[in-house]
Amino acid sequence: MRHLLSIEDLDRAAIERICDRAASFAEVADREIKKVPALRGRTVLNLFYEASTRTRSSFELAAKRLSADVVNFSASGSSVEKGESLKDTVLTLNAHKPDAIVIRAPWAGAAALVAQWTPAAIINAGDGKHEHPTQALLDVHTLRQRLGGLDGLSIWIVGDVLHSRVARSNILAFQKMGARVTVCGPPTLIPRGVEALGCDVRFTLDDLAEADVVYALRMQHERMDQAFVPTLREYANEYQINGRRLHPRQVLMHPGPVNRGVELSGEVVDSPQAVITAQVEAGVVVRMAVLYEVMTAHPPARVDRPEHEKAPA
Amino acid sequence: MTLVRPPIAPARLVIRGARVLDPREAIDGAFDLVVVDGRLVELAPAGSAEVPEGAEVVDGEGRHALPAFVDPHVHLRVPGQEHKEDLETGTRAAAAGGFCAVVAMPNTDPVVDSAPILRALRDAAARDARVPVAFTASITKGLRGDELTEMAELRDEGAIAFTDDGRPVVSAGMMRKALQYQRLAGGLLALHEEDPALSGRGAMHEGEVSALLGIAGIPSVSESTMVARDCALAGYEGGRIHLQHLSCLESVQAVAAAKEAGVHVTCEASPHHLCLTEQAVRSLDTRMKMNPPLRTETDRQALIEGLRSGVVDCIATDHAPHARDEKEVPFEQAPMGTTGLETAFAAVHSELVVPGVLDLATVVERMTAGGEPFGIPAPRVRVGEEANLVLVDLAAAWEVGEDGYESRSEHCCFAGRELRGRVLLTVAAGGVAYRERAFAVTAA
Repeated sequence: MRHLLSIEDLDRAAIERICDRAASFAEVADREIKKVPALRGRTVLNLFYEASTRTRSSFELAAKRLSADVVNFSASGSSVEKGESLKDTVLTLNAHKPDAIVIRAPWAGAAALVAQWTPAAIINAGDGKHEHPTQALLDVHTLRQRLGGLDGLSIWIVGDVLHSRVARSNILAFQKMGARVTVCGPPTLIPRGVEALGCDVRFTLDDLAEADVVYALRMQHERMDQAFVPTLREYANEYQINGRRLHPRQVLMHPGPVNRGVELSGEVVDSPQAVITAQVEAGVVVRMAVLYEVMTAHPPARVDRPEHEKAPA
Repeated sequence: MTLVRPPIAPARLVIRGARVLDPREAIDGAFDLVVVDGRLVELAPAGSAEVPEGAEVVDGEGRHALPAFVDPHVHLRVPGQEHKEDLETGTRAAAAGGFCAVVAMPNTDPVVDSAPILRALRDAAARDARVPVAFTASITKGLRGDELTEMAELRDEGAIAFTDDGRPVVSAGMMRKALQYQRLAGGLLALHEEDPALSGRGAMHEGEVSALLGIAGIPSVSESTMVARDCALAGYEGGRIHLQHLSCLESVQAVAAAKEAGVHVTCEASPHHLCLTEQAVRSLDTRMKMNPPLRTETDRQALIEGLRSGVVDCIATDHAPHARDEKEVPFEQAPMGTTGLETAFAAVHSELVVPGVLDLATVVERMTAGGEPFGIPAPRVRVGEEANLVLVDLAAAWEVGEDGYESRSEHCCFAGRELRGRVLLTVAAGGVAYRERAFAVTAA
């Protein structure tokens, strides 16, 4: 695997291979020195065009545990604010000869575009509302650890599907792993045509009992301004996963950060059914596995300078 | 005359033995075409015409000679956006596509919304253009949608029509005033139909592909509701409107109903909407980003059927060039628009005529009809008239972009496609405006 751009590009075998490798990396976190030398001397560049503490530090931690060197570039305070285009930024960063670039950007397809402009391996850490493949992989990994596998499971993804790249990647990943996916949320926040991804669509939680796994999405406050739902109170009344709605045999997931009292009630966040912290833990090992996969598929970076910049022989 | 005629050397040539097709003149057969001093002086049985002294002889054997095309919808980007296109490159692209006249849109920088700007533009076109150009002025000042331009003065200065193209006239009240004012100022109102409250920040058609890509969608109803609204207003005020770049089934239905009801409405469809669908956007190629967006196969079929039945009056390219760095960005950031002049005929021929969906005569009629709503008569192959002809090789296969483009922009939605049908020679306003580089002309 040269790049990780989307779940769409992966088959079940590739997802399983990554999760298996993630499982084998799990014991590194329990060592006294939390490091293996797998990627020693390689450079990972985190290029983040959106504020993100969790995903970025998860990638950073993953790279460091594999002994890679990590450099962070964020959009604020850099040349990006001075009006540099994405392409020029990437061409500039190429000069640092990164072996891998982890990119998060607010535009669909940004990671795939960057892959055309650099010889480095590209890992998509979220492109607009399109995909967030490492989130889907870590969610699959979490479920495999907890339930053994996803075959035949019914998974409900609840909330703001319209604006969620997590939902899109997870719908694809869960189905590839043999689960049936239902998306549920306010009709204003379910994208038209989403059935084409193979999932069922519901607008109420009436049949939530049929789910084996309930995956709640974060309800972003800024959606209120755009009148997608009348109030957060009404949203919570209709779609909040709480002790009354969650069955004891169901597993509860959430990509974080949680709005307690909105999409999840406090009691379910703290319940043994919730695997939310396990997801965060899985994040590091899955990202280690992904970094390992793409970087061992690439020879070490050697970017040749353009002809006109070379010293005369 | 609202059509600005650049200086064109009158042609003196004979096209020998071409298959001449002009459905309006009911001509379909092998003829020699003799052009002297820019006029078609003789239409003679193939091989029989005498070559006038000093005339070029063009071998038309195995080629088709058609009336040249008219494009009612191009963006030449002058004034202010000459890094995208200018009058010379844009009209060179038109000539290369077989067009003998184009109608330019006013959404430039500054907007063509006052007589001095229009005058300067027409003066520039008289110097720089390769084919005749007509200029439109905006309906509202600065395309802001809240104040009418001085339409009567603009008309006197040579505005052929009025349009806020690129944007809709959002307010129904403003639209109605423009229609009322049309009684004074005359001039067609050409309308870009879109309800921004429905299209929002959409970057592509709302449907299965947008759901998969997580890109905000532009629903078909954002166009069709405005089409219906403006047809109703035009009917009420007795105005004349031309609807630009229809993209969906519902719009075609709305226009059909309005025409049935006697509303003075005409409309156009673009080659990209006739040949491509939302599936082309899956790769997030920014060349596939245009407004209105590529829609579904059902919509495409409705446009083709409209073209066949005549509900859709003409084919318009909506040639919308952009600079490379503007399009070399993530899809959602890219500006809307594809070039189209150089590929229009070849695309429609390859995708619709070759597979037998439409016959060549219908395509020729629709590609020459674009000026009619604006008062530019359709070019005809008729003895005594100024020569406006295009010679095409229907069998010639070529890859779009293989030899670059005449346009300053390389952002063509058909780039890389193999098309059939190549323009070899364009005669516009009586002069040779374009000659394919490898195309040999034998002297008399």
